[in-house]
Amino acid sequence: MPITSRDVIHIAHLARIELTPEEEKKFTDDLSAILGFVEELNQVDTEHIEPMTGGTALENIMRKDQEREEDTNGKPQKLLEEAPETERGYVKVKAVFEYT
Amino acid sequence: MNLNHLTIKQASEGIRKKDFSVTELVSDCFCAIKEKDSEIHAYLEIFEESARADAKKRDEEISHHNDAELSSLPALFGIPLAIKDNILIEGSRATAGSKMLAHYHALYDATVIKKLKKQRAIFLGKTNMDEFAMGSSTENSAFGFSRNPHDLSRVPGGSSGGSAAAVAADMCIAALGSDTGGSIRQPASFCGIAGFKPTYGQVSRHGLIAMASSLDQIGPMAKTVEDAHILFEAIRGQDECDSTTIKELNYELGIKNQELRNLKIGVPKEYFSEGLDVDVKAVITEALEKAKRAGARIEEITLPHSRFALPAYYIIVPSEVSANMARFDGIRYGYSVSAANRHEQRTTLTDTNSKDTRRDAENLYDVYTKTRAQGFGTEVKRRIMLGTYALSAGYYDAYYVKAQKVRRLITQDFDNAFKNVDIIAGPTMPMLPFRFGERTENPLQMYLADVYTVAVNLAGLPAVSVPAGAVTRLGSKLPVGLQFIGSHGKDQKLLSIARQFEQLT
Repeated sequence: MPITSRDVIHIAHLARIELTPEEEKKFTDDLSAILGFVEELNQVDTEHIEPMTGGTALENIMRKDQEREEDTNGKPQKLLEEAPETERGYVKVKAVFEYT
Repeated sequence: MNLNHLTIKQASEGIRKKDFSVTELVSDCFCAIKEKDSEIHAYLEIFEESARADAKKRDEEISHHNDAELSSLPALFGIPLAIKDNILIEGSRATAGSKMLAHYHALYDATVIKKLKKQRAIFLGKTNMDEFAMGSSTENSAFGFSRNPHDLSRVPGGSSGGSAAAVAADMCIAALGSDTGGSIRQPASFCGIAGFKPTYGQVSRHGLIAMASSLDQIGPMAKTVEDAHILFEAIRGQDECDSTTIKELNYELGIKNQELRNLKIGVPKEYFSEGLDVDVKAVITEALEKAKRAGARIEEITLPHSRFALPAYYIIVPSEVSANMARFDGIRYGYSVSAANRHEQRTTLTDTNSKDTRRDAENLYDVYTKTRAQGFGTEVKRRIMLGTYALSAGYYDAYYVKAQKVRRLITQDFDNAFKNVDIIAGPTMPMLPFRFGERTENPLQMYLADVYTVAVNLAGLPAVSVPAGAVTRLGSKLPVGLQFIGSHGKDQKLLSIARQFEQLT
């Protein structure tokens, strides 16, 4: 099933990527071609087959819920230094809610 | 001979016998880097100062050692290594080949780095890669591509192309890469070195910048399989910071010398069908003949779902990618349009398709969409888009769940095959190293390069690419790699067999 440019605009919105008109055109073609290629999977009979969700046997791994010194010692400040905008020890974000 | 040409084994012997100092060893590596890397561009960054300082410390440490103390040094003591740039070293930049992380500094050591530091190995620098490990040629790096040391007009493979080129050009003794669908084995094959992708869960992914978490695995890239084995021993093991790591596999202990005599090698007929370069096929066939003459039994086997591995991979990977890349939002770290206070980033990020008018973010939505538009390259965007589509309402079952079911069938194919054979062998790559630009126009063309490597990741198996020979094309001798695939958790057996094979070629 070919992808339309409307689909691409919708996907880009969901993925939070602003596209140029050229990218919209290119991704419409690329995604259609790749989805055409993966259509092959429909030839495989997968009835009664359990999906394989990960790389390992699902096993619970437990550890103590406690802080480790290597994660706390001076790290909060360094983490903040990596943030694009900070104020008084907080990461600064543009307003989440807006008046309309 | 310059010391940078040595293997891990030779270099560590030399250090223990005091034939040369760690300082001399490191120095020769930097000489090679200075001589060759302006052309090859294997490294994104070199740590000359800290590496030389570390070398001096190592030399001081052993200056008064007696023979017993020298022989009990860890295997990688003083060994200069190159590290793929998606693996975190505290305090150093980790860009993962992306503009998104051009100025990002790691805040902690990856578990593999901790282990290597414990052995007192030396880090020479960080190597180039396709952006976030998405690609098969290093052409997707935001910082320019690397070249194949065997022919500078050809790609080194990818995504761990920088690590492969650094090893092949003797600009380090060995290196670490990461492999999600062939990113260690593929460049190892193209550059004529050994590259090993361990069983999923053998090596901790803590501190590896994630691409597709159910497939990613760190592994060694080295001049010999023996070296790859030494490096693997140093980095493997269960880790409480990565709950997908598996327990110590005791039943494997003791396997050191696996004889080729009477070994059953399964050769999947699907790996020799159309699309395989005839010259590559000839090299692989000849290599298998050698194994046969050494007493191995070669048996044709079938992996019936082989041709569905690539389509399943290119649904599962983009789906995981779209989730993993969501963290790059321009808020907490990495590139951001809202970082008005960071002038450096504005001047270095002059993307062709981001005009100044598109830079300013009016609201939070803009911060997300413009940051991601400007920070990510084309292939990363393409995979995020594809994954978002495959996971979106109405398509999830048709694409993602279907691909996961096929993933199980592919895994079962291998399980069935290993009931009758010890190991599986075939070409690592269907083609010789290609030229720059040859496959960049059409993404599907690039994806086809992974046709023999992705099934292994889907099934979580260990596999190693071993140099098998070379093909002369237009005056260049281009390496061909043979891939050995082992059964789940039998990494030691696989490496042991590959080491025996290495002796033959």
